Amino acid sequence: MLDVNKDNFDEEVLQTAGPVLVDFWGEKCEPCKALMPEVHRLAEQYGDKLKMCKLNTTENRRLAISQKVLGLPTFIVYKDGERVKEISGGENCTPEAVEALIKEFMK
Amino acid sequence: MGKVYDVAIIGGGPAGLSAGLYASRAKMDAVIIEKGKWGGQAATTEELENYPGSMEHPTGPKVMERMKIQAEAFGTECLKEDVTGFDFSDQIKTVKLSKGEIKAKAIIYATGAQPMLLGAPGELEFRGKGVSYCATCDADFFTELDVVVIGGGDAAVEEAIYLTKFAEKVTIVHRRDEFRAAKSIVENAMQNDKISVIWNTVVEEIYGDGIVEGVKMKNIKNGEVTDFRTDGVFVFVGTKPITETIKGLVDMDAKGYIIADEEMRTSVEGVFAAGDVRVKSLRQVITACADGAIAAVNAEKYIEKNFEHILLPDAKKEGGWV
Repeated sequence: MLDVNKDNFDEEVLQTAGPVLVDFWGEKCEPCKALMPEVHRLAEQYGDKLKMCKLNTTENRRLAISQKVLGLPTFIVYKDGERVKEISGGENCTPEAVEALIKEFMK
Repeated sequence: MGKVYDVAIIGGGPAGLSAGLYASRAKMDAVIIEKGKWGGQAATTEELENYPGSMEHPTGPKVMERMKIQAEAFGTECLKEDVTGFDFSDQIKTVKLSKGEIKAKAIIYATGAQPMLLGAPGELEFRGKGVSYCATCDADFFTELDVVVIGGGDAAVEEAIYLTKFAEKVTIVHRRDEFRAAKSIVENAMQNDKISVIWNTVVEEIYGDGIVEGVKMKNIKNGEVTDFRTDGVFVFVGTKPITETIKGLVDMDAKGYIIADEEMRTSVEGVFAAGDVRVKSLRQVITACADGAIAAVNAEKYIEKNFEHILLPDAKKEGGWV
């Protein structure tokens, strides 16, 4: 799963054709960290069908805020650089919800 | 028939982990089933100053991680699975999972509680865009910004103090004219220059453009409505029990909390409740742990009384009921 940050976000997400899923997480976000192994598992399972990235907001706070992300965990799907769908909050971001999001946008 | 556990514990917070520790220390075959993050609500609070022995910046996540390690060290199995329901009709009880099922002689239901929503317009729309229920998760984003904290209990005032480490200004909005939080916490908050309080006031709307820009507040004494600019809104207006999977199977009070006696027994024999999910006056890590211990000990007594024949050493060696 690709790590995106302030240096490569534009290239890997905003300028990428087609859908990209970004997992916004933080070092102090326990729900995010609990979810991470599941997200990695999903990335392995669906990685060839949907581009999936993760963004450490603790190290890229301004970038996250520029994407209007002020709460974790948040998953956003970008399509041709435009955000098309997102889910946010510990109760909403279940492995099932993330998988459903992947299935909705994978090729 | 497949494996039958002595006790299946639903929920991996302080109550469930303590129940696991006590059950496995008593040589019971115990499994804890947790669907989300281990440690429950306690794992999302930074300050854990009121748990005896936890001094010098013991963070919630750290203490909870130790609780899990400790339970596992004595043999408790920790499973990450989603419980969908139960069947209590037989003496051996069934826990239905999204994938498969688990059988156990006794059940300890320790799913806890979750934050309640404020119910104001804009709240859901700005979730993750300035509206938060988890200060440790999201405080970072509000470095040098202004935030509003809604509520007046321990959680609201404690998290307001935590937020001052990041935010420039923290305004607590409370609908009453005094806090319900413990006096020492309130004192700390009152001495903090970054914290101010707006009393007798409710937030009626959260607004913004893509991200939160402010709230509309109403003074409930004089009806005056004011506009308050802020970058973030942290909601701590109480909790509600997590009981979807057990609703209708055990007795609950009008608010949906499970009714259990001093021995943590619910209305169904062999089914115990522990922690924030049950009717009680104080919902803290320490009372959750106590509940878990009591539930485990009484589950053991229940099993000894009702399943005597299968607690023979031989059967035990095989991993329970055969």
